[in-house]
Amino acid sequence: MSPELLIDALIIAATPILLAAIGELVTEKSGVLNLGVEGMMIVGAICGFAVAIESGSPALGFAGAALGGAALSLIFGVLTQYLLSNQVATGLALTLFGLGFSAMIGQGYVGVVPPATPKLDFGPLTDIPFVGPVLFNHDLMVYVGIAIVAGVWATLRYTRAGMILRAVGENHDAAHALGYKVIRIRLLAIAFGGACAGLGGAYLSLVRVPQWTEGMTAGAGWIALALVVFASWKPWRIVIGAWLFGGITVLQLNLQVAGVKVPVELLSMSPYLITILVLVLISSDRRRASLSAPAELGRVFHAAG
Amino acid sequence: MTSALLRLSGITKSYPGVRANDDVSFEIAPGEIHALLGENGAGKSTLVKAIYGLVKPDAGQMTLNGERYVPAEPRAARAAGVAMVFQHFSLFEALSVAENVSLGMEDPPPRRRLAARIREVSQAYGLPLEPDRLVGDLSVGGRQRVEIIRCLLQNPRLLIMDEPTSVLTPQEVDTLFTTLRKLSAECTAILYISHKLEEIRALCDAATILRHGKVVGECVPAARSAREMAEMMVGTDLTPPERSETRPGAVMLEARALTLPAATQFATPLREVSFAVRTGEILGIGGVAGNGQDELMAVLTGETRAPAGTLLLGGEDIALAGPSDRRAMGLRTAPEERLGHAAAPDMSLTENMLLTSGAAEGLLSRGFVRWAAAREAAEKVIETFDVRTPGPAVAARALSGGNLQKFVVGREVVQSPPVFVVNQPTWGVDAAAAATIRQALMTLAATGSAVVVVSQDLDELLEIATWFAAMNEGTLSVPRRVATLSLEEIGLMLGGGERPGNGPEAPPDATPPRTQAAEAARAQA
Repeated sequence: MSPELLIDALIIAATPILLAAIGELVTEKSGVLNLGVEGMMIVGAICGFAVAIESGSPALGFAGAALGGAALSLIFGVLTQYLLSNQVATGLALTLFGLGFSAMIGQGYVGVVPPATPKLDFGPLTDIPFVGPVLFNHDLMVYVGIAIVAGVWATLRYTRAGMILRAVGENHDAAHALGYKVIRIRLLAIAFGGACAGLGGAYLSLVRVPQWTEGMTAGAGWIALALVVFASWKPWRIVIGAWLFGGITVLQLNLQVAGVKVPVELLSMSPYLITILVLVLISSDRRRASLSAPAELGRVFHAAG
Repeated sequence: MTSALLRLSGITKSYPGVRANDDVSFEIAPGEIHALLGENGAGKSTLVKAIYGLVKPDAGQMTLNGERYVPAEPRAARAAGVAMVFQHFSLFEALSVAENVSLGMEDPPPRRRLAARIREVSQAYGLPLEPDRLVGDLSVGGRQRVEIIRCLLQNPRLLIMDEPTSVLTPQEVDTLFTTLRKLSAECTAILYISHKLEEIRALCDAATILRHGKVVGECVPAARSAREMAEMMVGTDLTPPERSETRPGAVMLEARALTLPAATQFATPLREVSFAVRTGEILGIGGVAGNGQDELMAVLTGETRAPAGTLLLGGEDIALAGPSDRRAMGLRTAPEERLGHAAAPDMSLTENMLLTSGAAEGLLSRGFVRWAAAREAAEKVIETFDVRTPGPAVAARALSGGNLQKFVVGREVVQSPPVFVVNQPTWGVDAAAAATIRQALMTLAATGSAVVVVSQDLDELLEIATWFAAMNEGTLSVPRRVATLSLEEIGLMLGGGERPGNGPEAPPDATPPRTQAAEAARAQA
């Protein structure tokens, strides 16, 4: 297989987890741990698929996927932010719910072929050797994914909104005392995370596979969650991690095809092994660990006074 | 009368079961430093939160500069010129100084201008700060400066300070007072909340005293004695702790040239720390924060292990024993950090009672908990130490700092342990409760226990301790008898001028260094 094709496959494999992970990063930066990424992805996958089939437009499909993912995440938001339910348990429940719910709406869509998502036309740029196929031969969502990462990075770093988001994730009591609306900010972050996960799911069902099958996310949501930790909550590292983890998936498939005797199981568990390794590395220095993870991650906020 | 900056009339706020503020009225003139005094739970915090827009009063009116003032939220308060420095800092450790300042402002200027403004104001008021540093890297005093500068950048007309000095060193307190006086001279009014009556006498122009949510008195602090104000606050006469002379007995707890390298880059190593405490005595260990007191405390409680043979309890080597073993052998401790260290925040008082005293008090039988006995034991502590709480089923987190402190100290003291080690026994505790705790420590010693008190409150140590020693950069000075100490000598000890083995610099009457300290103590007694 030519390197151009390998890289192309890698980027396609990386985009769903990149989208889901950047959304989860924003959610976690606000101090909320949503373990329902897998569920939001698969609901996004079926919503996007269904809307694209019914309307005939992949673009509308992606919009529908974002809405579907966001709607599901807001169930989590209301439960954890207003009803103060435990975030870990609620997130796991959301995943299970999402898997079942998507299978239910997806019943009529098995075996249907979705409208093709066109690649962007860059004209002569695509014809440049190597650079052309690698950089300028993708569909819009690949670039949207990178743009979202850039946007999140710039927002967190340079804008007041980003600073307030970080502040809420760092110390919700202090943010409340200063008059910031902790719950509202967190709900927005949760919805953003859900929308991104939905986009990631739709990328699977509309571009990568493209088809609808039950449970088609097959653990991509969990890889996205691991990816956030791997990236130690830094947006650009999400891109690196997504390509790394995506590359492993592509490698896995290609090795299987080539008949090389590397256990597939070893490769499929490698993203998690790498994440655990990164976790050990960042927590070996106590001070640095405390600075990378949002301090209030997973804690319940209950406004006093 | 019309010149008042802020006027409160009839402020009332009730919570289920408590009337936190009951018809509170007072005024603050422009540039006045006004003290708000009261015991824990007297309603100071609620009142201040109402002024800052965090709490909506049920009744009553506020006027600011003659206009009706109804802040719906902190933003509105800040817009009206009211700023507040919180008791538990409202800072974000992973954010920079400039970001922290910016978060507390309504419309902050762009980054570079803000950084310049921070430098400008920090120089003008003598509050050194680097805008780009992470707040997590700053000392407690540094963090407070961030809070103050955050307020000052908005040119407030009224600055509210909630217990600002409880975490500062004496030097930092001096700097703070200079800043506050300067602000006052520039016509910024200050509402100052503190337990420390001497500070209020030195700083404030007027004081309003609250008790059970009501105003019980107003006075000019400089014209009253600290004791008079304390009695107004408490509503009863205060008796200073009685010092009963007891004859010291055998050495109970002894440290022999205890040396321990620093665990992290922010910790202080312990260098050849030696002392001996005998029954009937209190050893007071003072010093500026961060000179090794926390590390010494961790070694004494058993959280960190020391080299074998450096720590002895009743002649037995306990350097390698863990906290439970030490408790079983009669060494009880009360660490400084109440929530998460001395008590488990989300567990009830009964459960917290069980955690340290289960075995000793017979609250366990064959691995099962005897709940009725545990509840009774917790109730006994609550009653003996006047812990204000609905009952032993309440979570430790729900108690105010002072009340929880009474509980964690009381929990150990009621069992009359042979050796008791306590760090900052009255930190953040009001005058009446502090007196109770100090009296309890002295009574404990008088009944034959050996007590070690680590504290940053010098007055407290001099009031209750038999022996005084100071920590400086991980060394402990030779313990000296409090009765024979002069203030200059104490200053010298705090500054590290009297280290063991410093030879010629030590005063001629200093006791011999290191392990002979115990013998010397016997000789002096």
